[in-house]
Amino acid sequence: MTGGGRPATVRVAGGQGFWGDWLEAPYRQVTGGPVDYLMMDYLAEVTMSILQKQKSRDPARGYATDFVTQMERILPTVVARGIKVTANAGGVNPRACAMAVAAVARKLGLNGKLTIGVVTGDDLVGRLDGLIARGHDLKNLDTGRPLHDVRDRVLSANAYLGAAPVVEALQRGAQIVITGRVTDTGLTLGPLMHAFGWAPDAWDRIAAGTVAGHIIECGAQCSGGNCLRDWKRIPDLANVGYPIVEARADGSFDVVKHPRTGGRIDIASVTEQLVYEMGDPRSYITPDGVADFTTIQLRQVSKDRVRVSGVRGKPATDKLKVSVAYFYGYKAVGTLVYVWPDALEKAKAADRVLRERLANLGLKFEAIHTEFVGADATHGRLALKDVDVATMPEVQLRVGVRARDEAPVDRFTREIAPLILNGPPSVTGFAGGRPKPEEIVAYWPALIEKRMVQPAVELIQA
Amino acid sequence: MKRKLVELAHARSGDKGDTANIGLIALKPKDYPLLVKHVTAARVARHFKGMIKGPVERFELPNLHALNFLLHGALDGGGTISLKTDAQGKVFSTALLRMEIEVGK
Repeated sequence: MTGGGRPATVRVAGGQGFWGDWLEAPYRQVTGGPVDYLMMDYLAEVTMSILQKQKSRDPARGYATDFVTQMERILPTVVARGIKVTANAGGVNPRACAMAVAAVARKLGLNGKLTIGVVTGDDLVGRLDGLIARGHDLKNLDTGRPLHDVRDRVLSANAYLGAAPVVEALQRGAQIVITGRVTDTGLTLGPLMHAFGWAPDAWDRIAAGTVAGHIIECGAQCSGGNCLRDWKRIPDLANVGYPIVEARADGSFDVVKHPRTGGRIDIASVTEQLVYEMGDPRSYITPDGVADFTTIQLRQVSKDRVRVSGVRGKPATDKLKVSVAYFYGYKAVGTLVYVWPDALEKAKAADRVLRERLANLGLKFEAIHTEFVGADATHGRLALKDVDVATMPEVQLRVGVRARDEAPVDRFTREIAPLILNGPPSVTGFAGGRPKPEEIVAYWPALIEKRMVQPAVELIQA
Repeated sequence: MKRKLVELAHARSGDKGDTANIGLIALKPKDYPLLVKHVTAARVARHFKGMIKGPVERFELPNLHALNFLLHGALDGGGTISLKTDAQGKVFSTALLRMEIEVGK
């Protein structure tokens, strides 16, 4: 793409939909056929706080270590084929992540062959007091409360950056772009803006690239994974093909996958992903612009190829979303399995006994939540409408508690096992042992004026 | 005639904090108007009565033959706070498909 020539099409492959996604996917994406970019999304809201905790213990950590392992596997191919990579694997320490990738590149003998772009500027945790003092009270978008309420319990705070710094890194010659909290969609939009020379205010193009990013940001969830329609007929999920966006300069694009892979790309699979985690479809807001999902046109042009066109967009807002993680309290979940006859009745009786004992101990919880797995755990009263509960072969009693203090939660974890011998009969399934109290890190969504956040790009040579 | 939504639509759901979203997609485009007419926000709120704490909002996507519902207060606080198996609202989708609507005159 040097020399001013613009490509007719650009292929961006989705390689990871979250930290913990299929380890085989990135390698398959770069070797299974031609791609120009590999996009990997690693960051969920809770991930940032975990990484912040790791960094506070060891300043060299705080990024998605799996990304480095992946790069070790795919870098030779990536370099040989000139594939570029965008990933928000940098977490709260993008520079350390880039240094680790550079070290891997040198180990692979790729010295001097790799330029790594590092995007920072999203991390606000060290600036919070200054921001609050200057009147940025980072009100919770759901409750309206100022961040001041939980300030002393904040673990991490990151603004969602858009595609702009990714574009800058690519323009300055980065082959691998490692970011902190850049939006999932920005990792796809950035390459398209760079490759096609889209202006930041070409709102329809920006919206189209954002929709492309939304479709592939959850990996195979648009190519047959977790697809309800005709799910039994989706072929070869063991070998599922991760999605590729094949985009054109006018903003239209096809969703495809490599040949000889499993899964299915059709109107149904793409539509299911389009509506995933959707709010108001007319205003899908990102730092880069606002996409109108009611303008999207889908057409199946051939097997496993869906064309997306017509996407309209509106100008970006003057705000960025901020994700703050803060310490909330403790929770624990205990389970036991009750078996026929009267499986559900026994599980319900055990729940009553357990709750009475917790009450007698005077334990104070913010919530006690009981579910009967196999009966009504996920669909509540809707599930049991047409079911003969007396014939249920087994039911798992699942009780969770939550409290601000650890002590009542810890005491709760010791009340599960005794039920096996001193509660209702025909009970099993305690092989996992006593549940452990778990710290709850909660998430505080807020907005901040864009002008308060300055993304920065630096380059590291391997 | 009573029809279960599972015969007319497919669906996917997800979360935003304590809100679950359900995208309900007509299996056949010709059935989309049926969904628009019968699967109202009020009807969905009734369907999930006692299971969610907040209101239900509905958005139309005629281009995708889909409706998007936001179920507020559906996830026991949501995300990491929630004690629910389905803390991220992943299977509210099929819970909606259990709904029956009266079609035909």
